[in-house]
Amino acid sequence: MDGFLALYIFMLAAFTGYEIIARVPVILHTPLMSGSNFVHGIVLIGAMIALGHASTPFEITIGFIGVLLGAGNAAGGYVVTERMLEMFKSSKPGAGKGHK
Amino acid sequence: MAWLPILIKACYFLAAVLFILGLKRMSSPRTARGGIVWAGVGMVFAVLATFFLPDMHNLGLIIAAVVLGVSVAWWTGKRVAMTAMPQMVALYNGMGGGAAAAIGAVELIGFVRNWALLHPPGVPDTAPLRPESWAINALPPLPGVTMLTPTELGLGVLGALIGAVSFSGSMIAFAKLQGWLDKRFVFPGQRVVNMVLLAATVVVGILLVVGHASLPLIALFFALALLFGLMMTLPIGGADMPVVISLYNAFTGLAVGFEGFVLGNEAMIIAGMVVGAAGTLLTQLMAKAMNRSIGNVLFGSFGAAAGSDAHVIDGAQKPIDASDAAVMMAYAERVVIVPGYGMAVAQAQHKVWEFAQLLLKRGVKVKFAIHPVAGRMPGHMNVLLAEAGVPYDLIADMDDINPEFPATDVALVIGANDVVNPLARTDPASPIYGMPILDVGKAGQVIVIKRGKGTGFAGIENALFYADNTRMLYGDGQAAAGQLVTELKALDD
Repeated sequence: MDGFLALYIFMLAAFTGYEIIARVPVILHTPLMSGSNFVHGIVLIGAMIALGHASTPFEITIGFIGVLLGAGNAAGGYVVTERMLEMFKSSKPGAGKGHK
Repeated sequence: MAWLPILIKACYFLAAVLFILGLKRMSSPRTARGGIVWAGVGMVFAVLATFFLPDMHNLGLIIAAVVLGVSVAWWTGKRVAMTAMPQMVALYNGMGGGAAAAIGAVELIGFVRNWALLHPPGVPDTAPLRPESWAINALPPLPGVTMLTPTELGLGVLGALIGAVSFSGSMIAFAKLQGWLDKRFVFPGQRVVNMVLLAATVVVGILLVVGHASLPLIALFFALALLFGLMMTLPIGGADMPVVISLYNAFTGLAVGFEGFVLGNEAMIIAGMVVGAAGTLLTQLMAKAMNRSIGNVLFGSFGAAAGSDAHVIDGAQKPIDASDAAVMMAYAERVVIVPGYGMAVAQAQHKVWEFAQLLLKRGVKVKFAIHPVAGRMPGHMNVLLAEAGVPYDLIADMDDINPEFPATDVALVIGANDVVNPLARTDPASPIYGMPILDVGKAGQVIVIKRGKGTGFAGIENALFYADNTRMLYGDGQAAAGQLVTELKALDD
């Protein structure tokens, strides 16, 4: 990949990440950290590519471990984030229900 | 078949868009739940598309690893208690870092193998393994053998370094939060040793890039990087773990972005960099809440200062029993409840909310005050209180509640320690000096629910416990809250 094109992508993606988190309320910090933890689970596809191109048994072993770890990152990150966010289900902002 | 590469690229593009939109939605309470689903859909598209990339071998192994990894992580993630969420984030984050390091390792090993292919033994090899001798066709090309460019090799090594550090560091963070590693590992000259270790890792990394790549050197590189992550995290106290986990989260993001560049995969680059930047900002926010810099957390004197803590506090802790405490709060006008990690450990949030509801029924004005770094992650307490069903409008931030403490009759501290320690404001020698705290001492009465007389998580004496208006209610958080509920109900009969 062209180095400068990648540099532009790096920069724009970094700004995007910065902007997204700049206005997040404290209450969502932990779920958001968990959510971003899930998003870098995309490393799974990189590990799949590495294993897919590996040819010696040694490379295959390391690639296999990589895919295993990446799959754990993605699946675990998703489940944990979903469980955290589930708690925000009933409590609409404005607290219409309030306390009894 | 010209449409297949385009379709794959389109899937990756869609995944990148869904990740960004998903994270965006996750940053607002109203849309947060949908956000993770959007990101999840993006992930499924990206993974499915990857199976159809050209020249993919070992498909059976890939499927086996994906199925195994997903099912184990899914199962543990579903089963773990809400209180254990911080360490699960650390664990899964470490796995991501490990995966990024593995990608780097496979690429490096492949690089060495290709190099050997291009230089069969017997052929005089005058050209050293240097960047300038690649890519410019100085060597006869072999079909199916593509060498990494110098930039790709450099970023691949950097990503592998960051990923490996994030892997071993996150595993230590996980072990500490899980309670498997209670002791801080501190020895004289530790900072120097760690610096030397980091320098050695970087030097070996540079050697790999400038043309000395060989299997033993690659092994040495990963051993050093993993060891550095270990050594860097071991001396850090549990109170600083949220900042460290957040930092490693950002690290893994960066590592993924760099390895994405090596593989020429835009989805990985974008997702990795977005997380890298967001994680860095989140880490800064957390460190700021503790009035410390990230450098101070990582290389600070926290361990040393806590070890030499010679501060002696005059006076004694004054106990109170549950019935007196219940009466005191039942007839108060304003009560502020300050939860901390102890509440999470004791799983006391439901009992505490039950108690608060009884107080509310009696007409007592009850609020929950949450310190930005209470628990082990920002928002940790909010999540637990939300789980127990506490409405948002009863939960107050530190800045909103601090002016209200002088008008508060009773402050009930449950399982919080360092975030209410007045020494943070008065004692420059204290390791937590300068950290903003909740001003519970200004309330008329303070009741502290605490398991025993020991120091808190950061190992620092708390002057609040010895104050004249403080009473200690010893016991496990859940049991103590249960007693309060019983006593309060008895009052009504």
